[in-house]
Amino acid sequence: MEWETVIGLEIHAQLNTVSKIFSGAPTAYGAEPNRQACAVDLGMPGVLPVLNQGAVEKAVMLGLAIDAEITPRSVFARKNYFYPDLPKGYQISQYELPIVARGHLDIELEDGTIKRIGVTRAHLEEDAGKSLHEGFELMTGIDLNRAGTPLIEIVSEPELRSAKEAVAYMKKLHSLVRYLDICDGNMQEGSFRCDANVSIRPKGQTEFGTRAELKNLNSFRFVERAINHEIERQIDVIEGGGSVVQETRLYDPDRDETRSMRTKEEANDYRYFPDPDLLPVVVDTAFVNQMREKLPELPDAKRARFVEQYGLSDYDAGVLTAAREMGDFYEAVAAGCGAPKLAANWVMGEFSAALNRSEVELAEAPVNAEGLAGLLARIQDETISGKIAKEVFEAMWNGEGDADTVIEAKGLKQITDTGAIDAIIDEVMANNPQQLEQYRGGKDKLFGFFVGQVMKATQGKANPAQVNERLKAKLDG
Amino acid sequence: MSQETLSGWARKLRAREISSRELTQLYLDRIERLDPQLNSFITVTAESALAQADAADARLADGEQTPLLGVPVAQKDIFCTEGVRTSCGSRMLDPFVSPYDATVVERMNAAGAVMLGKTNMDEFAMGSSNETSFYGPVRNPWDTERVPGGSSGGSAAAVGARLVPGATGTDTGGSIRQPAAFCGITGLKPTYGRVSRYGMIAFASSLDQGGPMAATAEDCGLMLNAMAGFDQRDSTSVERPAEDFTAGLDQDLKGLRIGLPKEFFAEGLDEKVRGVIDAAVDVLKGRGAEIREVSLPNSHLSVPAYYVVAPAECSSNLARFDGVRYGHRCENPEDLMDLYTRSRGEGFGDEVKRRIMVGTYVLSAGYYDAYYLKAQKVRRIIADDFRSVFEDVDVLLAPTTPELPFALGAKADPVSMYLSDIYTIAANLAGLPAMSLPAGEIDGLPVGLQLIGNYFDEARLLGVAHQYQQETDWHTRVPAAFA
Repeated sequence: MEWETVIGLEIHAQLNTVSKIFSGAPTAYGAEPNRQACAVDLGMPGVLPVLNQGAVEKAVMLGLAIDAEITPRSVFARKNYFYPDLPKGYQISQYELPIVARGHLDIELEDGTIKRIGVTRAHLEEDAGKSLHEGFELMTGIDLNRAGTPLIEIVSEPELRSAKEAVAYMKKLHSLVRYLDICDGNMQEGSFRCDANVSIRPKGQTEFGTRAELKNLNSFRFVERAINHEIERQIDVIEGGGSVVQETRLYDPDRDETRSMRTKEEANDYRYFPDPDLLPVVVDTAFVNQMREKLPELPDAKRARFVEQYGLSDYDAGVLTAAREMGDFYEAVAAGCGAPKLAANWVMGEFSAALNRSEVELAEAPVNAEGLAGLLARIQDETISGKIAKEVFEAMWNGEGDADTVIEAKGLKQITDTGAIDAIIDEVMANNPQQLEQYRGGKDKLFGFFVGQVMKATQGKANPAQVNERLKAKLDG
Repeated sequence: MSQETLSGWARKLRAREISSRELTQLYLDRIERLDPQLNSFITVTAESALAQADAADARLADGEQTPLLGVPVAQKDIFCTEGVRTSCGSRMLDPFVSPYDATVVERMNAAGAVMLGKTNMDEFAMGSSNETSFYGPVRNPWDTERVPGGSSGGSAAAVGARLVPGATGTDTGGSIRQPAAFCGITGLKPTYGRVSRYGMIAFASSLDQGGPMAATAEDCGLMLNAMAGFDQRDSTSVERPAEDFTAGLDQDLKGLRIGLPKEFFAEGLDEKVRGVIDAAVDVLKGRGAEIREVSLPNSHLSVPAYYVVAPAECSSNLARFDGVRYGHRCENPEDLMDLYTRSRGEGFGDEVKRRIMVGTYVLSAGYYDAYYLKAQKVRRIIADDFRSVFEDVDVLLAPTTPELPFALGAKADPVSMYLSDIYTIAANLAGLPAMSLPAGEIDGLPVGLQLIGNYFDEARLLGVAHQYQQETDWHTRVPAAFA
């Protein structure tokens, strides 16, 4: 039987506010355990939550960026369950009235077509703390630094049809939250996390199959692998005559498998009800407009502009606009050297390769936009060739100075003086009488040999076009 | 000496007729001597009280005129006090020393009030007799075989016996007014949002409100001046300009329209209590008030709605007491579930467990609409009843409780206990200010008169009570054993 996969994603993005969503404690990552948890975060008796306006602003910006409805009066609710790293015994979340409803995100499929994925809702909530299971000998340590960190949970419609689509959606959203500067997107630190609801159904059937919820998918790679595994597992179950159980499954990246955490029967009844400690969140038109004005240029718009303004291919524009910082970097390089296509090739080529090789973030790269533009300008004005430029770039990356300094220090300036080139050609011809005779006897292929000899003699610094031209004239002359 | 009121002491302190240290010592001595009969204090903070008194004396010597400066008070043990055990009347919090002060405590400290200690209460404020306290029942100073009411029973008994001139209370369904009535004192539950709930351990967040308990309306006004005010740490506190709640005390009652809700005078009301209320009405009429009968047709829904909403909120509010971070933790837990069930099983008393179970039930999938949602609708209907009545009258007058203080152990059946708050609950559901003041005695036991006002009308309520207290002396009476 042919199966169709149905996937919906729930993505939790930590909002990068300075303080927590309901307290004044800082949200910074990596502090000593329990040093960033105040009385409110600890769920002390008598404490009360106060909503951080910054979290509301960021949620509204996300809503606007996915063309969603902004709920004029959204409500915080308590989700009740016991867990050691949940200090109050309930999580403050939004239930019936989320702040963002009904938006969409366009993703690009492998064949280049665009697919629109519905976003059901996005709601604000607080993160829980962490349970630490290592180093406590038969006990569990609780770190509440993360407790109260603002989260926005973004829930997609079940409209994704493959693991690849799921990854494309997740990447698109990841790019978006970073463009909006509402989340740092750091997946290793858990700032951007994904749960996937996966089911299968016979192709052509309209009803959904029973779904399993996959948790702990904290990298794009894991999402793809875990979903594909789950699809196979479900097909095996059904084709083996069984039926899929509604349950929550945890992905174990070490074993590359999912295993059951709890079934529907064991699921909590969260007993949601409006939190009486918080007033409804009222968002008026003026506020929404204010947030709209704060929106930066979004990835799709920027991509289209790059094609239009810089004459780039749609593909290249897509690569360069996937991350906001990369787009900004590219534009700075293009403006600095005046050659947008050359800039695109270099940013996507040498520069990105160097980033990957050195495993550094763009912001920490040893060569900045100005530096790279300076190098490309030297290609443009023919001071050096593209090939030499790679050598110069290497030196710049290693901290040997800017392009001009390196070119000067290494004597890499291109030889464009016709007289000098002619002299070298004469020398090469004199040193290789045999080859000269053969060439002139009709062995055209030896032209390359002469080019090579000239370049070798000039250590690659001779202007290749000039060498070609002068060599041709002299050999044929 | 023990006859003096909080306002009276405040005047004497400012006139330097007595020092705060002397006054504080006087009350500490009374507590030491007399409280064993009442059990109204869980913790007495004598040492820090004397230190606060000395600090107040220094400020008084500098000529500072802050009204509460140097005045001894007590805090209900539901208010968090930094460095002092804050038990909420529960074994669960018996080991808990708060790391911070509640806003109310902070404000009263800043005003220079001297805290003598923390008063006994029903466990987590759940009860109407003060019998659910982990620290044992409080006894009524008018008859120590009877209950003082609850949940602010310790505060009411301590003020009634003049072990302290004033104390704080909290009122979720009558927990200030009913014990005030039972102990013959004046107590005010302000409009919801007047007094910050920050640091006041939550029972039912949408109903809880802190307020003053003292001998007179004037005392309550002075205390409320220090307690009330917007607090940015409590999102439900109301931002309004500061108000002097004693400003309207001398306002005469001419033309004041007082409504008597007929549902509060119906079946179940003790005939003698009715007689006391009728006499009080005559006093107010004599001072120029117009009396008319009004109707709050949905009053009968108050108790059932309350016993859905309050348990629902408490079931969630009390989830934090899990033995993980503070408070009672069972010995040698075997695993997480054992830690939870035994810590909570041992830490909470029966009434608290009963309400947690009821609350969990009414919020559960499949029951939420039928109970919680419906109760919220009833709440709106009850608030609407009040809204329309307040178009015709300025103040409502009713008995505070349907009966006299009952004997310890008399109400073993929880529902009969719940009905003790039948006249007080509606004001909480609507969020209205309401107070109780002593209006008579029957068989040597005090009877309370309840006044309910429109939103933010505390000053008017206190004015009516003060005018009444100009003509009567019930508020000055002290049980003989404590005189």
